[in-house]
Amino acid sequence: MAVYQLPLARFGLVALLVVLFGVVPLTASDYALSILNLVGIASIGAIGLNLLVGFAGQISLGQGGFMAIGAYTAALFALRLEAPFWLALPAAGFSTAVVGCLFGIPSLRVKGLYLAIATLAAQFIIEWNLLHSGWLTGQGAQGALVIEPATLGSLVLDTERRKYYLIIVVALVATVAARNLARSYIGRAFVAIRDQDIAAETMGVNIFRYKLLAFAISSFYAGVTGAMWAYYTQVVSYEHFLINTSIDYLAMIIIGGLGSVPGSILGAAFITLMPAGIRDALEALKRWGMPGTLGNFAYVREIIFGLAIVLFLILEPEGLYRIWRRIKDYFRLWPFAY
Amino acid sequence: MEFFLQLVLNGLMVGALYTLIAMGFVLIYKASEVINFAQGEQVMIGGYVALMMLSSVRLPLPLAILVTMGLMALLGFVVERGILRPLTGYPVVSVIMATIGLAAILRGVAPWVWSAEVRGFPAIVPSTPFRVLGVPLAPINLASAALALLCMGVLGYFFQRTRFGIAMRAVSDDPRAAAAMGIDLRAILALAWAIAGMVSALGGVIWGRILGVDPYLAIVGLKVFPVVILGGLDSIMGAVVGGFLMGVLENLAAGYIDPLVGGGAKDVVPFMVLIVALMVRPYGLFGREIIERV
Repeated sequence: MAVYQLPLARFGLVALLVVLFGVVPLTASDYALSILNLVGIASIGAIGLNLLVGFAGQISLGQGGFMAIGAYTAALFALRLEAPFWLALPAAGFSTAVVGCLFGIPSLRVKGLYLAIATLAAQFIIEWNLLHSGWLTGQGAQGALVIEPATLGSLVLDTERRKYYLIIVVALVATVAARNLARSYIGRAFVAIRDQDIAAETMGVNIFRYKLLAFAISSFYAGVTGAMWAYYTQVVSYEHFLINTSIDYLAMIIIGGLGSVPGSILGAAFITLMPAGIRDALEALKRWGMPGTLGNFAYVREIIFGLAIVLFLILEPEGLYRIWRRIKDYFRLWPFAY
Repeated sequence: MEFFLQLVLNGLMVGALYTLIAMGFVLIYKASEVINFAQGEQVMIGGYVALMMLSSVRLPLPLAILVTMGLMALLGFVVERGILRPLTGYPVVSVIMATIGLAAILRGVAPWVWSAEVRGFPAIVPSTPFRVLGVPLAPINLASAALALLCMGVLGYFFQRTRFGIAMRAVSDDPRAAAAMGIDLRAILALAWAIAGMVSALGGVIWGRILGVDPYLAIVGLKVFPVVILGGLDSIMGAVVGGFLMGVLENLAAGYIDPLVGGGAKDVVPFMVLIVALMVRPYGLFGREIIERV
């Protein structure tokens, strides 16, 4: 079965690529590009987490910590070994995959909420180690590293537009790889483990191998996300990778749709765009004479973030992707209802 | 030796508080197998409400605590009705995320309504420290330890001797069988959340008195996880023993490991213990050995 069944979908894909590579970078402002860049980076991490949580059914609260490993690896490769970007990026992915496997080992003993707590512990242990690894980062308690922009050959990726091209290419590769992985034997093994692990084992799926593989692949994505983040901001500090980051990424895949690659991207866009949207709304309210609304931005953000999670869970557990599919089906089947 | 003794005694005092918070957590887990990531936030709200009762409404202390417990029970009830009941039968990750979402909402609402500044709690008990075996101890800490033990006693009695307590145990054992015997599952779940709310109200009062009331109070919720995994997710006794053990452990870590690694051992050692506990004895010291194993 082809990924895209309808000619329209294939045409749509080409149109999307033209928009992504041609129209957007030529017309968008730097501000719009910077937001798109953040969405692109977050998409990679969300897809990775969704492979683990949505497909393989292994809950992880450690995505932030894994991203930190990737970011620090990339930064240290760039600073200490003076490795080029194209080497630092996979290095970040692979080193994070190793750490991810390490913390994935508890998944062989426990599952469900016990695993959630184990990965929570992983998050805190990684955080603490970053904070106390001055011997490695050499920058004291804050552990902040500053790196040069990524270069490809003689091309220096230092403006929003140049970074955009890089991010969009990596994000597209990540998306295509994940979609194909999901359709492969590995992806089906993940889903089998998620749905009924004992049945999966009876069918000959090696649970031990595929659970660790899920952690490895997901952590690889997290590491790449961290490295992209490092090259995008050019400052690596442990503060970007706290437990809140892990929760943000879980929120992305819940809101976008568990077990759906396009959903991960929609969720990443939702969570990334939300703060800007709230800020705009508050500014509008202020113009209409609501006093002191902007000062409450941080609280409003928390509340709406929480409400979005809870409401999506209750009203549309399959997330934004389900909504998107319903819209699509409506037009595809029109004028019939089904 | 005095240093060691001091660490242990202070650890026991902090542990008493972990015990209180862990008990609320275990109650909810026992009744519904829901893991409540908003436990710390509920404690924080408890602290704020108690403070409001004491300073704005000007209730006398015992009454203020009772009213707070009542309001927190109500909050627990509302959360169960509004958020968790619609999610019955959903995958674990959804339920976990729902309580994380709840935590975010509470973290946003509390400082908005009551301001984010640290506010001192009026003294509940005298503040002059007295000495036990040469170690100075604050009375508030002793009060919290006493309260934790009292709670354990009350809950123990509740689970062993009262109708509702026994019904709750039946539900946690086998919800379908319990329902078949005429136990109202919904009422039991609501009751569990209400009681957990009351216990976290007590936690909020004590923790708020020690640290002052501000949004950071919620961080104590993270301490719950190592405590309950060590003690056993479904055991009140485990929550108590785990709480005291973890309090002592992290204090000892702070005393002896901090000088070697430059601080912060307190925050990471409990989670390392957690990982080890999960690998060696996932059901904890007192938990039942029926948890899902792979």
